[in-house]
Order: sequence, then structure tokens, then C-alpha cells
Amino acid sequence: MSTPEGEVMKPATPAGPMIRTLMGIAMLSGFLVVLTYQLTKPIIEENQRRAIEAAVFQVIPGAVARQDFLIDDSGVVAVTPEGPSDGILIYAGYDNDGRLKGIAAKAAAQGYADMIHLLYGYDPACQCIRGIKVLKLAETPGLGDKIITDSDFVANFDALDATLSGDGKALAHDIVTVKHGTKQHAWEIDAISGATISSKAVGKALHQSANGILPKLIPHLDGLAERVVVNDESGD
Amino acid sequence: MTKRENDTITWETFNEGLWRENPVFVMLLGMCPVLAVTNSAINALAMGLATTFVLLASGTLISLLRRSIPKQVRIATYIVIIATFVTIVDYTIQAISLDLYNALGAFIQLIVVNCMILGRAEAYASRNRPLKAVTNALGMGIGFTFALLCLGVVREILGAGSLFGFDLFGPRFEPWVVMVLPPGGFLVLGAWLLLFEWLKQRKARTELEPAAET
Repeated sequence: MSTPEGEVMKPATPAGPMIRTLMGIAMLSGFLVVLTYQLTKPIIEENQRRAIEAAVFQVIPGAVARQDFLIDDSGVVAVTPEGPSDGILIYAGYDNDGRLKGIAAKAAAQGYADMIHLLYGYDPACQCIRGIKVLKLAETPGLGDKIITDSDFVANFDALDATLSGDGKALAHDIVTVKHGTKQHAWEIDAISGATISSKAVGKALHQSANGILPKLIPHLDGLAERVVVNDESGD
Repeated sequence: MTKRENDTITWETFNEGLWRENPVFVMLLGMCPVLAVTNSAINALAMGLATTFVLLASGTLISLLRRSIPKQVRIATYIVIIATFVTIVDYTIQAISLDLYNALGAFIQLIVVNCMILGRAEAYASRNRPLKAVTNALGMGIGFTFALLCLGVVREILGAGSLFGFDLFGPRFEPWVVMVLPPGGFLVLGAWLLLFEWLKQRKARTELEPAAET
């Protein structure tokens, strides 16, 4: 230590400048972050809305317009800006003449790395699942994300059986993922070899969601048959 | 700092990060994103550009404020500045493309703790004029992007049979899947390091040999 004895050690910088610097930087930082947030918020929300919308039309073949509904214990109600907001959100897709083409709903299950979120389309005409679209996943690139790209796997959802049992309380057959190459029934999903966990997660998500939603939805399906224009959706 | 600042900007100021002290191939800094997001060329490019932006912006601001930041709080200040620009990049990428954002995942936020950026702030931006700091940061950023691309291109070609998403070999190609998995990152990085070390030694030898013969 180079300070002579007896002299009081003074801090090289008093607290004032330090606090001023930190406060100044924090305020500048806050300003910049809020500015960016405000500038990008509408674009990000638009992106997310478009992603959902595109996904809905992808899983319901032939749909050109959509209407959102909520399922709760009492039945199915159309989503309105001021209406109730609890319940399971589903999207009904309609063709040009306003006829119901199918229902899209969200499903999720634990995959290999994280939750796999997907949207699937249910076609009441064939009582089957017509398509799936992965909304969010964190699976291993090149393996788990084959559930999006593998054409053989995607072909499972051309017409995946989701018939209700006689009493209408559950699915007649559980949707299950089977080992690659052993698919025998219309309600089975042929797994991707090498990505069994991700494939099984898709099957589990679909089964849980369809088993929960369809028994509540089917009795009220007539209410969805014609498109009710609640708010301005025709512009899409 | 009583030492006088050397103000001259030379090619070396820029080239330091690009080649001579390349953050990935020479200094081995910021290995986490290098190994994690280089499974495709487009991810590597996006990550490199995001990091370059943060390097440039934080380098400029730190260099401008270098005389008014007290020594004791400099690390905290640098981190706040870096985190600010990372948040800006995070929102911007979400606005540009949600798919890209999903592909890069948590690694955008993790740019904050990329030791290369803090290292540049501490060792260079806080001691040099803004223009010089920017030149150096640009070199470092391009060097980092170049290194990420080196890995991303090789891993995508071998592991997925494509480049920037375009199929290269047709449907008969059996991808070497391990290359897009974490071990592939280490293998490809090791191969590149080997190549660069070999080049360096060969250069050193050719420079030495004439002297040895005389």
C-alpha cells in the first residue's frame, strides 16, 4: 500500500458520481427498451395473430373464414369482445358459403425437451382429425422436429379416427402412438423411428385434447353449423 | 487511465477481430451460441448479425461514456447497456420473423452473457475513441459471424443435406444426423480449429525456413 501512515483512505470516487452514472444508464436503458417494445408490439401481435390464423386454415382443409368459440360446462358460446373469457378456446372454420368445415383446437404435451404445442383440425363429417400444425416446440433439431417435416408422419393426420363411443362420453378408441411400421388402425399414429418421444407426445396431446373437448362439443355442433357474424372477421 | 490514447485507426484495428484474434477460432470466446445455434446456416447468420449489432451498439455507447463511468461500477454499467441492446434485438427478431425467433430460442437473451461482448467493452471500448471502438467491434462482429457461418454451413450440409434451407443432394441423401446435434458442433469446431492451427503453423514454418537455410 502506497498511502502514507495516518492518512485516511479515501475512496477514489465518491458515491455521488457512481449513483448518478447508474441512474442515468438505467433510465436510458429503460427508455430504449420501452421505445422498442412500443414500436414492435403491433408488429409482433400481428405476426402471432397471423401464425394462428394460418395454422387454423392449414388444419381445416377448405376453410376460408373462422369464428372463435369457447367451450365451458354449459355449452358452446361465440367469442365476443365483451363476452365471457373462460373455457376452452376453439376455432371453427367455414367455407365460402358459410358452412362448417371443421374445428381447430390447441393441444399440448411434454416432448423430449419442452412442451410441444400444436393445433389440430377436427372434421365432423368424417369424425376424424384432418391435420396438425406445430405452434411451438423445442425438440432436437434434425430428430424431434421431424414431427413437422417427416411426410410419412404427417400423413398420419390425413384422417386420424376420433369417433366418440356410443354414450358420447369419451373417444371410442384412444389415440395412441405405435412403434414405427406397426400402425394397423385408423386411430393409431405411426411413430418416427428415432423420434419416438416426440411422436408419442403428439399422440398424447391429441388424445387428451380430443377426449376432453369432443364429448362437450359434439352435442352442440348444430349451433356451430352456420357462421354467425359477431364481429368483423370478413376482412381476413 | 493516464496513458495517452493511441488514436490511429489502421487495418489492424479492424482485422484484429476478423482474423488475428478471431473470437471463436483464436480466443475461443462465446462458445455457447457457437455450438448451440449453428445447426443451420440461417440460424448461424442470424445469431452472428444479432451479436454484431449488440457489439457495435454497446461499444459505441460505452466508448462515448468512457470518461464518465466510475471505475467501481463499470461492470454493472456495461452489463445494463449490453442487456438493453440485447432486449432491443430480441423484440426486433420477434417482429421480423416468429419462426426465426423460435429457432434461435433462448440464445438471443443469452447474448447478454456472451463473454466476448463484455470482454470487448472492458478491454477495448472503454479505452478508445468511439470511431476506433466501432471499427474494432465491427471487425469482431464480422469475425464472429464468419466463424458461426463456417460451422453452420458445414453442419447443415452434412447433417441435413441442405444449405440455407435449399435441398442440395435430393431425396436419396441420408443425412448425417449427428452433425446437427450437439456432438456435431464439437466435431466441426474441432475440425475448423485443426485447419486454422495447421495453416498458422505452415505459415510460421515458411517464414522461418529461409532464415534457417542461410
